[in-house]
Amino acid sequence: MTQLWNFPGGVHPPENKHQSTARPIRKGGIPERLVLPLQQHIGAPAEPLVQPGDKVLKGQKLADVTSGMGVPVHASTSGTIAGIELLPVPHPSGMSDWCIVLEPDGDDAWCELSPVADYRKLHRDDVLDLIREAGISGMGGAGFPTSIKLRPPSDRKVSTLIINGAECEPYITADDMAMRERADQIHGGIKVMSWILRPERCVIAIEDNKPEAIEAMRKASEGTQAEVVVVPTKYPSGGEKQLIQILTGMEVPSGGIPADIGVMCQNVGTAMAVYQAINRGEPLVSRITTVTGAGVDDPGNFETLIGTPARHLLDQAGFHPERINRLILGGPMMGYTLEDTSVPVIKTTNCLVAATENELPTPPPEQPCIRCGMCAEVCPMELLPQQLFWHAKAQDFDRAEHLNLFDCIECGACSYVCPSSIPLVQYYRYAKGEIRTQRAEQIKADRARERFEARQARLEREQEEKERRREERARAAAEAQKKKEAEAEKAVAEGEATDERSARAAMVQQALERKKAKPAAAAAATSATTTDKPDIESLEKQLNQAKGKLETMESMLDDARAAQADNVEKLERAVAKNLDRVKRAEDALAEARKQLETEAGQ
Amino acid sequence: MSLVQQSSPHAHGARPTSRVMLIVILATLPGLLAQTWFFGWGNLINVVWCVLLALGAEAAMLKLRHKPVAFFLRDNTAAVTGLLLGLSLPQFAPWWVSAVAVISAIVLAKQLYGGLGANPFNPAMVGYALVLVSFPVAMTTNWAGAVTLPDAPGFGETLSTIFGGPQAGIDGWTMATPLDEYKHKVASHTAIEVLQHPTFGAGVAKGWEWVNGAFLLGGLALVALRIITWHTPVSLLAALGLMSLAFGSNPDQYAPLSLHLLAGGTMLGAFFIATDPVSAATSHQGKLIYGAGIGVLIYTIRSWGNYPDAVAFSVLLMNFAVPFIDHYTPPRTYGHHKPRRGIPGKTG
Repeated sequence: MTQLWNFPGGVHPPENKHQSTARPIRKGGIPERLVLPLQQHIGAPAEPLVQPGDKVLKGQKLADVTSGMGVPVHASTSGTIAGIELLPVPHPSGMSDWCIVLEPDGDDAWCELSPVADYRKLHRDDVLDLIREAGISGMGGAGFPTSIKLRPPSDRKVSTLIINGAECEPYITADDMAMRERADQIHGGIKVMSWILRPERCVIAIEDNKPEAIEAMRKASEGTQAEVVVVPTKYPSGGEKQLIQILTGMEVPSGGIPADIGVMCQNVGTAMAVYQAINRGEPLVSRITTVTGAGVDDPGNFETLIGTPARHLLDQAGFHPERINRLILGGPMMGYTLEDTSVPVIKTTNCLVAATENELPTPPPEQPCIRCGMCAEVCPMELLPQQLFWHAKAQDFDRAEHLNLFDCIECGACSYVCPSSIPLVQYYRYAKGEIRTQRAEQIKADRARERFEARQARLEREQEEKERRREERARAAAEAQKKKEAEAEKAVAEGEATDERSARAAMVQQALERKKAKPAAAAAATSATTTDKPDIESLEKQLNQAKGKLETMESMLDDARAAQADNVEKLERAVAKNLDRVKRAEDALAEARKQLETEAGQ
Repeated sequence: MSLVQQSSPHAHGARPTSRVMLIVILATLPGLLAQTWFFGWGNLINVVWCVLLALGAEAAMLKLRHKPVAFFLRDNTAAVTGLLLGLSLPQFAPWWVSAVAVISAIVLAKQLYGGLGANPFNPAMVGYALVLVSFPVAMTTNWAGAVTLPDAPGFGETLSTIFGGPQAGIDGWTMATPLDEYKHKVASHTAIEVLQHPTFGAGVAKGWEWVNGAFLLGGLALVALRIITWHTPVSLLAALGLMSLAFGSNPDQYAPLSLHLLAGGTMLGAFFIATDPVSAATSHQGKLIYGAGIGVLIYTIRSWGNYPDAVAFSVLLMNFAVPFIDHYTPPRTYGHHKPRRGIPGKTG
């Protein structure tokens, strides 16, 4: 018997799983059109490789991520690319994103596949590349690219591989049915992942409310390293952190990843996808999705092509739109409501709940928190939800963060038990969002300030440099003058002292110098005569200088405005002053030109 | 098909506040029954009177504050405040004493602080402490002596005593409470002499032991039903017990442990008053400290203070300490080595 640990808190919501396990997994069929979002998981969106009008085969790569974290998107069936459009995608906000629209031709014809006969003969990195090329991302929830997850930091050795088949959310049975019917495939995927990671221990964790799945997985993994461990049913035992705690007694450090303590979790659906990718060469083009709730007559699990609109799938299960009052993507504890039945099933879509008012009633209005502490009793992360709520509501985000707001996994256990019907998780999401926004803005403002200060420093430096050069020039000139005078004196003195010949030579020399200096003196004389006349050249120079300064000031003002610095007002005044200066210089120049013209006329 | 847009979770399995409060009310019934059996109709009349007043005061304040009256009255919290006062006031307390207690509880201690969930002090105990300090005579001379219901003054007689002033002969039914009697007599008498007084009876404290036992029973039911956690009552009783063992081992000097636990408002205080979540500490560790503080204060005031009982003062004093306790007793969150105590930016 494997030792298990308990995790604190947790709740036991009605499971509602039997509705969708009565029938075997069915084919979801080929809808009229498939909508394939370019971004289906954390990371960078994929870039399309096809054009509207292109004919594609099932399994053909349609889009790929060239830089950054991500995996490619494949055609779920054969057909024609109808367009690349902005369409509603599965997201809590109901937002639209770029999607490839595929019109199936009905043939469902595969492209050429290249299954690997024996992956053990390949290099591990090549197998990881195959997993990436198959477009596999985590199929249990967040959808982290599997090939990246399977490549933990080199200083982290994964000693325990956990295959998560807990499926603790009510209603969802996709993993349960997959384990019952496709245990061999799942086990095949586990073998591949174990071969890649070489863990000391491999555990398949299943909640004790799935006896058929436990039986099937035990049979499939007989005589192998993988060990099926039955965990008690308690929500959220399938949460990565909680499952690790149950199986190992260890905790993932706050802000860290499971690999930090030598553990990795993979979902059973992901294992199945890995098997299909390696052993059959099939990229991820379909998944098992539960369709359930009292809004459908014939609930069950469907092998669904990625990109199938929710409406098509719901109709397969006997959908009664008039009955439902909310449509949930995911489970009732952590899923989100959909506004639109046209959104497609994507790689992470494990369940659609078409719920009637009766089965998931609209909660009563929020009442004041009485700090009863039920939330803290059920929190699996041992937070103080009542205090977090208090600080989130008061927008006292420092306090909320101090009480470890960011360790909240948003499992919803606190809201589930709240006697005052407070949507606690929503408050935490709000607080987290606000803190993230504030941080991003702080970083932006810091950068702008740094940029501004750097520029300011550079300008000052340049000014100083200029000043220094001017002084140097002035000093050099003064020295030259002194030297000349000294030489002249010396020459005179020497002249007196030396013999006539040399004195004559010196006189000749001086005369020559005088002669040389004459034109210069004449020029100086002319310039002296023109000084009382307007000096166009210097005025133009002044104007240019003023204009240059104005430009600098204006650009500084723009920067300051962008950074919202507090010297904006000062800069505005400076710009106005410089504008004035430029105008005056222009006026003076015009005046001078006029004067010159009149003089020339005379 | 109009779809509800709602944030997760979509499933809810809560007992609403109104039902939680209703369970609290039901859990006090054994205690109220015991009180009525041993001390006559006084407590029952007080309870009804106080609950009516509490609901009226709450409704008036909600109206003044432009809050939805029915929505808040239905949460049953005002009724619980009234009920707790009715259970703790002397059986023959004049109607106006109860009225002052209830109205100050609801108006001052609860609504003026912002209503449900915003009061730093236990409203019922604010009301109780106020009348105890303001009307010491009315609060000490109106306790019924323990008899059994058939022998006690009739319903009508009790009612007219409460609402119309003392009736002829009612004096014969009032008696000092056991804690009061012990405290004042033990200075000049031995324990054996003190215990001769009829207020003690054959057991620990005639009638009181049953009343406390019944409140203990109701309190255990609340723990079993997960309305309250064990931390506050257990630490309160443990601290009171330890104080008594440490300082009060000589019965000729101080009231014995049995009297501390089974007389006065100990069990009502431990399970129904100190556990008021709004004004109590938050975390388990905090609740242990909070409860222990109340236990220590109860013993201190009972033994060395001027008042024979001390639940109200002790609870209020510890209410003051709650924000402080909360800062230093957060639980250790998953994935952290130790709890993050103190205030952000100040301490680790």
